[in-house]
Amino acid sequence: MDLSFSEEDLAFRDEVREFLATALPADVKDRCDRGLHPTPEGQIRWQKILNEKGWMAPNWPVEYGGTGWTITQKHIAAHEFGHAAAPIALPFGVSMVGPVIYTFGNQEQKDKYLPRILNSEDWWCQGYSEPGSGSDLASLQTKAVRDGDDYIVNGQKIWTSFAQHADMIFCLVRTDSSAKQQEGISFLLIDMKTPGITVKPIIGLDMEHSLNEVFFEDVRVPVANRIGEENKGWTYAKFLLGNERTGIARVARSKRQVERLKDIAKAERCGGHTLSFCNDFNNKLTRIEVDLMALEYTELRYLSMIASGKQLSAEPSLLKIKGTEIQQRLTGLLVESLGMYGAPYEAERAYEGRNEAPVGPDYAHGPMAEHLYLRAATIYGGSNEIQRNIVSKMVLGL
Amino acid sequence: MDFELSDEQNMLKDSVERFVKDNYSSEARAKLADTELGFSRDHWKKMAELGWLGLPFPEEVGGFGGTAVETAIMMENMGSGLVLEPFLSTVILGGGLVAEAGSEVQIEAIIPQVIEGNMMLAFAYAEPQSRFDLNDVETTATKSGDGYVKKGHKAVVYHGATADKIIVSARTGGNSRDEDGISLFIVDNNSSDVTRRDYRTIDGQRAADIKFEDAKVGADALLGEEGGAYPVIEKVVDKAIAALCAEAVGAMQAANNITNEYMKERKQFGTPIGKFQVLQHRMVDMYMEAEQSKSMSDMVAMKLDLDDETERRKAVAAAKAQVGQAAKFVGQQSIQLHGGMGMTDEYSIGHYFKRLTTIEMLFGNTDYHFKKYAALAS
Ligand SMILES: Cc1cc2nc3c(=O)[nH]c(=O)nc-3n(C[C@H](O)[C@H](O)[C@H](O)COP(=O)(O)OP(=O)(O)OC[C@H]3O[C@@H](n4cnc5c(N)ncnc54)[C@H](O)[C@@H]3O)c2cc1C
Ligand SMILES: Cc1cc2nc3c(=O)[nH]c(=O)nc-3n(C[C@H](O)[C@H](O)[C@H](O)COP(=O)(O)OP(=O)(O)OC[C@H]3O[C@@H](n4cnc5c(N)ncnc54)[C@H](O)[C@@H]3O)c2cc1C
Repeated sequence: MDLSFSEEDLAFRDEVREFLATALPADVKDRCDRGLHPTPEGQIRWQKILNEKGWMAPNWPVEYGGTGWTITQKHIAAHEFGHAAAPIALPFGVSMVGPVIYTFGNQEQKDKYLPRILNSEDWWCQGYSEPGSGSDLASLQTKAVRDGDDYIVNGQKIWTSFAQHADMIFCLVRTDSSAKQQEGISFLLIDMKTPGITVKPIIGLDMEHSLNEVFFEDVRVPVANRIGEENKGWTYAKFLLGNERTGIARVARSKRQVERLKDIAKAERCGGHTLSFCNDFNNKLTRIEVDLMALEYTELRYLSMIASGKQLSAEPSLLKIKGTEIQQRLTGLLVESLGMYGAPYEAERAYEGRNEAPVGPDYAHGPMAEHLYLRAATIYGGSNEIQRNIVSKMVLGL
Repeated sequence: MDFELSDEQNMLKDSVERFVKDNYSSEARAKLADTELGFSRDHWKKMAELGWLGLPFPEEVGGFGGTAVETAIMMENMGSGLVLEPFLSTVILGGGLVAEAGSEVQIEAIIPQVIEGNMMLAFAYAEPQSRFDLNDVETTATKSGDGYVKKGHKAVVYHGATADKIIVSARTGGNSRDEDGISLFIVDNNSSDVTRRDYRTIDGQRAADIKFEDAKVGADALLGEEGGAYPVIEKVVDKAIAALCAEAVGAMQAANNITNEYMKERKQFGTPIGKFQVLQHRMVDMYMEAEQSKSMSDMVAMKLDLDDETERRKAVAAAKAQVGQAAKFVGQQSIQLHGGMGMTDEYSIGHYFKRLTTIEMLFGNTDYHFKKYAALAS
């Protein structure tokens, strides 16, 4: 057991810092720090910079374009990215479908899709959930019927994040209705431009458009776009969900939120002082900070176990549960820190062409949007109730 | 001791319930919230016709002499439909201040107009630095000729855009956090030396930031005693808090009903999600929070008109703290139990969550009122 950083680690940290200080565009940083959704243009601009540096996919094996960082280096990079409010690459390509493709895909699929993910040519979205199949994902109904070298896909996906910008969607589809639910699912990669696909917006609580319904009507998908074997899609889907859960903890981002809260508390006036003198506020913030520290070391401990070849069962669910609860407590406290300036709110598109900054102090622009959106953090990626079910069953044997 | 409503009170309740049922389907509300005005002048007229706008005022000023209990009945039922009309701003706050502190002339000029639905009011008290402290007033009103010159910035004035007159707290003496030296002024909302920025709030309502840059008002604008407005403000704000608690109770009960129904309908794993024990217990907790809040809201309504001011203040602080906590819990958990459906703008539950979120902040959040109660109770 050892927590210290080596000389090389410290040099690496300086390199990351230096890179972020010079390469991160100010507009991208500003949105990320405020907790606003990235603009598609800004996100892609930043991802291209990351890719040029070779840092687009730190978790990928080196042969596919990964960085080959040690877990210590990954931890350092994540911390520095969080601290600098540097967005990480969109998860749908790099963190979700990418690993599925290099783990279960064929050579042709690897050659075709992995480079396009790395240089942001394809924007991916995730077609898992359906109106009747959320927590009970395996009950999904979207059908794919074989027709020569194609599948014909019919059905509907819902809650598809950022599908309106997407070039590609990875989909779970039912290819065998007679088998046990989990045994009749296949994993397809579908070009969003294929005839028969319709994307309909869903406006969220935050009054922004990130969610969509995606409809499939006789959509022809080449069989060559299937990952792995027919009817084995559930295995790949679960592999992906395992990765998704770890990513969702977002410890580094939460550490940045703690810093922001401390900055706001020094500026926000309260009771003739600043909020930083308010005991109730400080207590709440400190409790979150300590919980977050515990989470950070839990994550590191698990990563170390994995690095040493140990097999984890459902422990990553803990990271998802605690990580998202902390995110929600933080955005709740951010909103609280604003006093009544938490209440003014308009969708971002309302400001277009208006040349008028949002009302209140500058730091008041962002927290409510993020607070509203992150109510979903305990719902998406497998709800926290489902995660607790998993831990109780898999880890505790209940 | 009696928590039951009288026949008359039950009639009032039925009438508000009917109004909400007829006018506040979630689609109708969403449409209304998205209009320029953010509420309906027709509804307002209707409320005047039903006598609701005059109910909280004492008979001496032309009102119908309702107590805080009648106000609570109205607010609770309006809360269940997330009613958008500025009842709280105009009648309880603005009208309350005028009725409490106004001269005969001022009362005559304003209250009958309010009761008939011809005049809307707003109360501008908060400032960027004041957070929830009513005594933290840096806006100044300096004597000049036979009037005053006002300078300062009022923050997040609910319905500040649509009010005909705004009641503004300003300092005519003392230091920035003194209780003494605060005065109230009645200001025309269209006067040219006032800059106003109107905006929407997350609960679908409207608010404004208002800046006075050497804005002149006549001596007749002074409402009540110069420098002595603090106790009046505190008393009227206490009434507003009690009203908000009732609104929150209505909103929580409605959110719980919607969630409860959803849990019976929504199926996953081949069974209604309401069969999962963890969700049942969560729903029970939400129900208990709403019940506790209802008790506190009823309690505060019955104590609001007491002469014992400390008792009143304690009741108000305790009620707001309890209701604030409950509002947060119920609002957030109703989203959670709806899953993705709860995250959409189209479905009604999110709007309950958002209104409950602002109710928690308005006139002092949970921490603020716990602290206030602790100071009063020690
Ligand atoms: C902002 C956002 C972004 C999303 N992005 C995507 C995306 O890009 N792609 C995609 O495919 N999906 C996406 N989703 C969908 C997400 O994965 C689902 O919302 C989630 O799986 C829950 O499903 P549901 O919404 O149908 O809720 P339901 O499954 O109906 O759940 C409703 C409630 O019941 C609880 N519940 C359900 N079953 C059980 C049980 N057995 N025991 C205890 N409690 C239970 C849940 O925890 C929840 O509280 C997104 C969702 C949101 C909100
Ligand atoms: C101090 C004390 C005084 C008592 N006095 C009396 C007395 O005077 N007379 C008398 O007859 N009995 C008495 N009892 C017994 C008491 O009523 C039982 O302890 C109680 O009913 C629980 O039963 P149990 O101890 O068998 O626990 P169990 O029933 O085995 O419960 C164990 C745990 O499982 C939980 N649990 C059980 N079923 C469910 C379910 N369906 N859903 C969710 N959770 C569940 C329980 O809540 C508990 O947390 C007393 C107990 C104590 C501790």
